[in-house]
Amino acid sequence: MPHITRLFIKTSLLYLVAALLAGLLLMLRPLVDLPVIVGGLSPVYFHLFMVGWVMQLIVGVAYWMFPKWSKTRPRGYDALALATFWLLNTGLLLRVVAEPAQTVSAWAGWGWLLVAAATLQWLAGLAFVANTWPRVKEK
Amino acid sequence: MPRLSAWFVRAALSYLTLGFTFGALMLANKGIPLHPLLWRLLPAHIEFLLFGWTVQLAFGVAFWILPRWQTQRGDLRPAWAAFILLNGGIWLVVLGGWSNGPAWWLAAGRLLEVAAMAAFAVHAWPRVKPWVEETK
Repeated sequence: MPHITRLFIKTSLLYLVAALLAGLLLMLRPLVDLPVIVGGLSPVYFHLFMVGWVMQLIVGVAYWMFPKWSKTRPRGYDALALATFWLLNTGLLLRVVAEPAQTVSAWAGWGWLLVAAATLQWLAGLAFVANTWPRVKEK
Repeated sequence: MPRLSAWFVRAALSYLTLGFTFGALMLANKGIPLHPLLWRLLPAHIEFLLFGWTVQLAFGVAFWILPRWQTQRGDLRPAWAAFILLNGGIWLVVLGGWSNGPAWWLAAGRLLEVAAMAAFAVHAWPRVKPWVEETK
């Protein structure tokens, strides 16, 4: 299994645990007195699961298993795959912090951090598609 | 990768691009309000990423890697039908939502999606088999 695949899969497992913890916190809200910021975790919970876990697991396995790009460049551009990893995770973690924070704080910086989170994750998606599309080949 | 898998996966990557673009626009709009109409992208964002990307990629990869009979993948017609029905359903649901179309429009889209799932199940069911059958 390539190094980048291991990075993606192990990180995705961490997000799976984090997503379910966020879900647990949301479920506990009616039962336990929790900080107001927990109320802003709903979209974070869903995206930790779908982007952090599902998407990242797919990206890691696709990088490993899809047909080879070429003999000299079997898995496409490694730098682009690594960029996908860092863009996706930096963007997602920025969202995890800024989105709930925005619900309890009037600081304008949270909004700009969300713009940065959106841009980074969008670029990660484009980088993944650009690196994967040429590997989708009919045989 | 067989031709149908390539079609499924290319379509999935296209929906991923659209879904991520819509998601990024909405998240940025949440940070710095750009235009209230951007929130109308939400149903398409969900539809494209759940059905267009995730389900379609799973179909494409399953069609490729599930066990075969020698070199044959069984009856291809329901699998191709699943591809057409799934994509038709996704666009009916999304365009019906955007245009505030009648409720039956959305229902028709969902019906096509259900038919796509059933068609793919019909194709894939016999390919989910124990190893011993493959050596016969």
